[in-house]
Amino acid sequence: MQFLISLHINPAVLDALTDEEKAAIGEGHARFIQAVKDSGELLTTQALVDPSQAAVVTVRNGQPAVTDGPFLEAKEYLGGFYLIDCEGKERAVELAAQIPDAAIQGLGVEVRQVMFADGQLEA
Amino acid sequence: MTTPAIGDLLRELTPQVLGALVRRHGQFEGCEDAVQEAVLAATVQWPAEGVPDNPRGWLTTVASRRLVDQMRSDHARRERESAATIANVVPEGVPDTDDTLVLLFLCCHPALTAASQTALTLRAVGGLTTAEIARAFLVPEATMAARISRAKQRIKAAGSSFSLPGGTEREERLRVVLHVLYLIFNEGYTASAGSELHRADLAHEAIRLTRMVHAQLPRDGEVTGLLALMLLTHARREARTTAAGDLVPLDEQDRMKWDRALIDEGMELARASLAGPALGPYQLQAAISATHADAATAEETNWPQVHALYLILERIAPNPMVTLNRAIALAETKGPQAGLALLAALDNDERMTGHHRLLSVRAHLLEKTGDTAGAYDHYRRAAKATASIAERRYLETRASRIRSQIPPQSQH
Repeated sequence: MQFLISLHINPAVLDALTDEEKAAIGEGHARFIQAVKDSGELLTTQALVDPSQAAVVTVRNGQPAVTDGPFLEAKEYLGGFYLIDCEGKERAVELAAQIPDAAIQGLGVEVRQVMFADGQLEA
Repeated sequence: MTTPAIGDLLRELTPQVLGALVRRHGQFEGCEDAVQEAVLAATVQWPAEGVPDNPRGWLTTVASRRLVDQMRSDHARRERESAATIANVVPEGVPDTDDTLVLLFLCCHPALTAASQTALTLRAVGGLTTAEIARAFLVPEATMAARISRAKQRIKAAGSSFSLPGGTEREERLRVVLHVLYLIFNEGYTASAGSELHRADLAHEAIRLTRMVHAQLPRDGEVTGLLALMLLTHARREARTTAAGDLVPLDEQDRMKWDRALIDEGMELARASLAGPALGPYQLQAAISATHADAATAEETNWPQVHALYLILERIAPNPMVTLNRAIALAETKGPQAGLALLAALDNDERMTGHHRLLSVRAHLLEKTGDTAGAYDHYRRAAKATASIAERRYLETRASRIRSQIPPQSQH
């Protein structure tokens, strides 16, 4: 079963972390990536640029318009994701708990099963 | 020989060659890699240069050489054993023993996860390449390669011997093997996620492997039962979806589209499996499937027999899914209220909380009682709960079909 583990970041929370805490998050992700690669559970992972760099695209009466994003007025934004293939939801949740963000107040880690997939996954 | 025929031959020979190699040298891990490399070499050479006179011997020789090379580099690195040991590795002859079963027991080692068991079985016994297995399971090749490599490390760490276990352990391990074959078949039959309902290659592969086990253990009722169940299920594949890919439930299927030859073979096997002294879950499921296959129309289904079989199945292998299916059969014999009453027993089972199958079966039964508002609500909830697009589309269609029949006062 494939699951998307999405990481919801809060720039204010991240800014408030010490350098050591930031480094620990980076190391935690590197360890997690290696572990799910070795176990044959990682499909892909991607991290996104800062939400301030987002562009919001709308089409009205056939005319496209682009405004500065982000789309949602929120404290938390999608920061990146892990796409994994594992035994079931229980295991996906177990993996999500190993992601360092899950241990930090104000950062969100969400698990959802994939329903449809297409396109190349060959890395 | 055509390229597909070469593929078939290679898949058939893979477990034989691997078995012979492991029997001689031990170290399943290294042998498995060597055989995979030999098979890949054959895939390139045979279509161009023709199939050798003794294909099994060719594969064994090439795989042995690969193994020697591998051992030699290991030896050089570790400066361990002498060159004399290496010289003994090259095969003199090819033994005739069929080690397929032993290999299956090894690949379905209880220390492995189900995903690893299925992947390793398809590669080491099924003779599929890592790329083919990755495609079938819709994952990148690197992911599948890591999974297979981890599985082999686990087996090595568990220190398994290359022999059939005896007594009760053999029975338990055979159940795991059958379960893995069943999972491969199921993955091929209903993709657990995604838009494709059929992944026929995996279903074919599962049937082929189960036939191999059946050839070795023709008197095992559960092996026979599993093969019968697969054939009877596979026989309905054409009728199971419309050209547009929409799901067709059993009672609405065009039974002329069922594959007669597969049904006849499946029925014969189902009967044979029931002749033995013991009765297991696959035999019972095959018997249920055979009862459905026996009915020329949905109306002629022998529901009392289906219900009785589910009752036995529930007793020997209690499982909420079995109870759920029994509720459907009970509704057909005693009316939808009786079915709903049985479903109520599942409400406290946390394995079934919010499960799309429980929601959709309840929706069907509520529809039959005339509670259109309740049925509509349950179809919608079931559609949200499923991870299959085909199933979601089917449930949404059922919901919109009865929406217009909801009395105005209960509409929200």
